[in-house]
Amino acid sequence: MLLQTSGPSRTRIFSLLHQCRLASSKPRFDYDLVVLGGGSAGLACAKEAVDCGARVLCFDYVKPTPVGTKWGLGGTCVNVGCIPKKLMHQASLLGEAVHEAVAYGWNVNDKNIRPDWCKLVRSVQNHIKSVNWVTRVDLRDKKVEYVNSMGAFVDGHTIEYVPKSGQAKSRVTAKNVVVAVGGRPRYPSIPGATEFGITSDDIFSYDREPGRTLVVGAGYVGLECACFLKGLGYDPTVMVRSIVLRGFDRQMSELLAAMMSERGISFLETTIPSSVERQSDGRLLVRFRNTTTQTDGSDVFDTVLWAIGRRGLIEDLNLEAAGVKTQNDKIVVDRSEATNVPHIFAVGDIVYGRPELTPVAILAGRLLARRLFAGSTQLMDYADVATTVFTPLEYACVGMSEETAIEKHGADNIEVFHGYYKPTEFFIPQKSVRFCYLKAVAEIAGDQKILGLHYMGPVAGEVIQGFAAALKSGLTVKTLLNTVGIHPTTAEEFTRLSITKRSGRDPTPASCCS
Amino acid sequence: MSLHLWNSRFSITVVRQCSTIFTSSSGILKLQHTAASSSNFGASSQTQRREMSNQPRGSRDSSGSGGQGGAGGAANVPGFQHPHCDRQAMYDQPVRKQRTKGGSYDYDLIVIGGGSAGLACAKEAVLNGARVACLDYVKPTPTLGTKWGVGGTCVNVGCIPKKLMHQASLLGEAVHEAASYGWNVDDKIKPDWGKLVQSVQNHIKSVNWVTRVDLRDKKVEYINGLGSFVDSHTLLAKLKSGERTITAQTFVIAVGGRPRYPDIPGAVEYGITSDDIFSLDHEPGKTLVVGAGYIGLECAGFLKGLGYEPTVMVRSIVLRGFDQQMAELVASSMEERGIPFLRKTVPLSVEKQEDGKLLVKFKNVETGEEAEDTFDTVLWAIGRKGLVDDLNLPNAGVNTQKDKIPVDSQEATNVANIYAVGDIIYGKPELTPVAILAGRLLARRLYGGATQRMDYADVATTVFTPLEYACVGLSEEDAVKQYGADEVEVFHGYYKPTEFFIPQKSVRYCYLKAVAERHGDQRVYGLHYIGPVAGEVIQGFAAALKSGLTINTLINTVGIHPTTAEEFTRLNITKRSGLDPTPATCCS
Repeated sequence: MLLQTSGPSRTRIFSLLHQCRLASSKPRFDYDLVVLGGGSAGLACAKEAVDCGARVLCFDYVKPTPVGTKWGLGGTCVNVGCIPKKLMHQASLLGEAVHEAVAYGWNVNDKNIRPDWCKLVRSVQNHIKSVNWVTRVDLRDKKVEYVNSMGAFVDGHTIEYVPKSGQAKSRVTAKNVVVAVGGRPRYPSIPGATEFGITSDDIFSYDREPGRTLVVGAGYVGLECACFLKGLGYDPTVMVRSIVLRGFDRQMSELLAAMMSERGISFLETTIPSSVERQSDGRLLVRFRNTTTQTDGSDVFDTVLWAIGRRGLIEDLNLEAAGVKTQNDKIVVDRSEATNVPHIFAVGDIVYGRPELTPVAILAGRLLARRLFAGSTQLMDYADVATTVFTPLEYACVGMSEETAIEKHGADNIEVFHGYYKPTEFFIPQKSVRFCYLKAVAEIAGDQKILGLHYMGPVAGEVIQGFAAALKSGLTVKTLLNTVGIHPTTAEEFTRLSITKRSGRDPTPASCCS
Repeated sequence: MSLHLWNSRFSITVVRQCSTIFTSSSGILKLQHTAASSSNFGASSQTQRREMSNQPRGSRDSSGSGGQGGAGGAANVPGFQHPHCDRQAMYDQPVRKQRTKGGSYDYDLIVIGGGSAGLACAKEAVLNGARVACLDYVKPTPTLGTKWGVGGTCVNVGCIPKKLMHQASLLGEAVHEAASYGWNVDDKIKPDWGKLVQSVQNHIKSVNWVTRVDLRDKKVEYINGLGSFVDSHTLLAKLKSGERTITAQTFVIAVGGRPRYPDIPGAVEYGITSDDIFSLDHEPGKTLVVGAGYIGLECAGFLKGLGYEPTVMVRSIVLRGFDQQMAELVASSMEERGIPFLRKTVPLSVEKQEDGKLLVKFKNVETGEEAEDTFDTVLWAIGRKGLVDDLNLPNAGVNTQKDKIPVDSQEATNVANIYAVGDIIYGKPELTPVAILAGRLLARRLYGGATQRMDYADVATTVFTPLEYACVGLSEEDAVKQYGADEVEVFHGYYKPTEFFIPQKSVRYCYLKAVAERHGDQRVYGLHYIGPVAGEVIQGFAAALKSGLTINTLINTVGIHPTTAEEFTRLNITKRSGLDPTPATCCS
């Protein structure tokens, strides 16, 4: 019966039980739990553990970037990830909105509007600082002990760190350890990379206009940066080693790249950088090589931004001392987030082979704490995690890509419903509808269980979130097509999908309203 | 149930109230079958009887039902009974055999009304091989003589222009936000009403044109005329060029509705409605919006956003038929933006002053106090009436209820060869996508051998106020009424959209809730959301609700960060707990 009650109340009951247990035995360790890393995963885990009655200590430390950028508590998402990225994205959309406002009849002068980069950065940073502050207050309220220092293993139960005040190293012991140190952007190993290049760790607090920018890497971080820079009136170029958005649906990824090209972002395809040099005028000379044509080229940029991937921050942890196994720069865990050492766990971006997303980290961290300290048995479900790429036309998806579906089920056993659509709001400002497209990948048989949904258009994240809940509830094509649309929205287009790829029919819409 | 109807949302209320009567609110589920059988048009016995009575026409009609549904129907009813949908009655009914095509009539099908429902039905019928004519006619509005082309309310004077005006108003706000994000834009701005109206009307004209082309391509014969019945198979069409009598085997009535005018001096002479506002040739200025249904609130919302001064006059409650907590939050968010609400007030008269302004006298129905104010524009949004008057329905023997037509679960009227879809039907949500789907499914049943009926349950909808409100499923009060307060758990929370911080927009009314079963699987009965792009947020959840969403599934759905929709996955505070639903942190 207890196990059937819902999350919060169940948690509370178990935490009471646990507190009784804790009180009755003299603690062998300083803490029930030490969390290494104060990002999304670490904080969620630490706070939940305290809620469940555990004594918790959380370490957080940010090594400055090569150009010296550092930040406060809260990890990547708040400081150098989702939050500043979404704000810059919003700033870029608002620039577009000014032009649209003119089309809708507002007497606003949209000729030569320019953003004030420094004002924008200041606004973004002020917001981040306020979040940092709220996070600190929250930790204090929730009685999570926090040390602003880098913790490293001495052995499986002992963590060593340098307190901020003194030089001497301190040690604490813990019954359980959760590693949630996350990752940081990689630099290529070419001359000038760290001296002259920056990363997403720097761009959101950059103290001057980025100007003409080379974005190296076409993962979602690279594409998002290129897009908001373009929207803010700078001139980004994206250098792609092999493909854009590896891991995402290929058709959607190619559409996304085409949409960016239509907006004037240039791509250097199958190209890798060779070196970066600073010219006497202060600008950066980048030499690169096209790996297809085997030709070398060079160009001059104001800013070079590396977005070639992220690495896990294992090297400062002294994991060998605890005997924790790693794979590349990540930590391997089982379904309960345990490493090969049973009382050492890992959550968040440091985990090998899992989606590197804030909400995943938060939920995994919280569920882990409940399993450790509240008798919960619920495991994190990593399936069908929705995600969004915040490019000017956003791309969001949940579930399988078309390729994955074909691989798992066979091309004959899947049906893809697709369609282009025309957002009502796009007509008056005559915005391009060329890349407003969506598709549903489904089983071909029976009620046609949906395996994946893909959407490119405005506010894609807002559109896909509910469908993610639907997918988890067993959405079928039959149910989807019998869901009544909300008119006029773009999300309703999912309920109007009627053309299969197999039919070969034209997926372009004619009318708008019936 | 109150049948004194104030605004167009009444239909949803009625659906809820009717379904409450028919399903479990009586507390006795086993009586349901009986209840359904005795309801107006829900019963198989009646259907059979009706079809029997039509036997003389049997040579052309597909005769009889063969009793294929009948008594055995109950066994096929899905386990979950939803209060919005009388599924028992729906499954009890036999599925009619499809209409024969060909025969001695001019057409297999005449659709009266070229709006969302009519066009969808006509096009689908042609696709299934029927010979179809579609009549459409728009009577000019009484005050300004506004008229429009083919396509019905949605395209011409409804969702489309409304959404465009809403968007225009949001873009004005966006200009101010752009300044706060660092754009060097001068945000002392005004809209050009004339340019906006022209842009909106140009878009509408292009949609009209595409619609005409589409009808021609699909070989639907379009007749720009007003139809009235001569008998159940004969229609008199009044055309520009004269009159024409046409016959058909089957009729679908899809004439929709138009705004009501109050019965007070000056209402028709000086007031306008949503039929006029989107093509108004002058700035509306200081506007009195009478009525606080979704149309009134939306009009007031975009007028405010465009810099005019709307006042909303509310007779009794805001957004009747919607969750009242959410409705009051929507009203408060509008008041916060400077839109005054005259509560408990009804208009008494409208007079034109010498300066051309309109003097409106009104009365507070509680205090009895009378007052007056002058406005540039008075907009009636007190509800919509079905256009039954011109159809001459008694000639065809079609029953009406108020100004609507009651239909059974197959959209059939009491006359077996006459159907109705869209806003003209009694007691169903008046929404374009509902009309389209119902029209299309009807055509498939009539001519495509399909059996699938329209499921009117869990239809999501959105109110496009400045801060939008969208919902799907039950309101909190309906859930409590249906299941009892002890069996309902409400999860709720305020939230802070990330983008609101920099321009320091008010987050005071960003709120959402999930109304769910308290025990067991905690099935979600209804979801409610106030915030940006509410329609986009709720649509997917509507599909989730139809897929049987539970609280456990909801809170284990991983969020998309940073969005506002993800707040649904973070709901963890129940109203019952009394805990503060205001968030502290943003990010963990």
